[in-house]
Amino acid sequence: MGQEILIEAIRAKLGPAVEGIADSYGDLVLILRPEAVRSALAALREMPFDYAVLLDLTCVDFAAGQGRLELVYHLYSLSRNVRLRLKASLPAADPAVETLVGLWKNAEWLEREVFDMFGVRFEGHPYLRRLLTYEGFEGHPLRKTYPWRLGQPRLPLKDDV
Amino acid sequence: MSGLSFLTTRLETALGWGRKFSLFHYPFITACCGMEYMSAACAHFDIDRFGAGLTRFSPRQADLLLVVGTVPHKLGPVLRTVYDQMLEPKWVIAFGACAVSGGIYQNYAVVQGIDRIVPVDIYIPGCPPRPEMVLDGLLKLQDKIQHQKQDWRWARKS
Repeated sequence: MGQEILIEAIRAKLGPAVEGIADSYGDLVLILRPEAVRSALAALREMPFDYAVLLDLTCVDFAAGQGRLELVYHLYSLSRNVRLRLKASLPAADPAVETLVGLWKNAEWLEREVFDMFGVRFEGHPYLRRLLTYEGFEGHPLRKTYPWRLGQPRLPLKDDV
Repeated sequence: MSGLSFLTTRLETALGWGRKFSLFHYPFITACCGMEYMSAACAHFDIDRFGAGLTRFSPRQADLLLVVGTVPHKLGPVLRTVYDQMLEPKWVIAFGACAVSGGIYQNYAVVQGIDRIVPVDIYIPGCPPRPEMVLDGLLKLQDKIQHQKQDWRWARKS
């Protein structure tokens, strides 16, 4: 499938879910509307696109002042040997998006990590609990608004430094 | 030596001599410094020459705690428990820049020096420290053990 034909097919399938299309070093990048993420990824997973693998799911916090979070999904097609990146912007105040659990099993831990680090709520996730930090940790440490040196010790520390 | 039929010493000195050459260590290894610890412990540098060759994988049988690598806040209670499980007399070596001061990880996750959790006797800096530095640190610890006040069971504790 050539790049133009692929873009045409994606536009025809997803319609208004796609806000923009870009190119990154030869790989296709789609900018999605956040409320359409799950349906769009479900469609891309099926034939003829066949993006069967969820390689990565992460998040970026841009601009502490404006506070916009950007979810990044990486898909990979085994049959066509191509990658696809999808991005969706969320407001920092109450970021929420539909979960991908049910489509890909590995989304469960990836989404838990993004929840832990950025505080994005994944609606419909069966077990949305912190993954890397511990019970009792307050805030989300990879947010730009988090004081980056603020440790949250689990036992009283000798504070002579 | 054939003419030597008796030897006088002080109990403190004898205890110190015995203790400094029979360090059973417990390696609390969390990061890449572990590679350098393995190098120091194995045949090339051979920590066993200094009597610290017996690695115990239970803190209850060890008297030297080697904290090798980064200790994040999540692991803090674990390190404290391991230290508390060790029997007296016990010593602690902070091995590598991360254990000494947090190293390059000046952030929310990492304890800025394990001396905020357990008392440390010897600090070995370096990222990672060369095995020679580890041996040097060990010799300094032995010197410290020899010259410190020995804590023995029937002495009255102040």
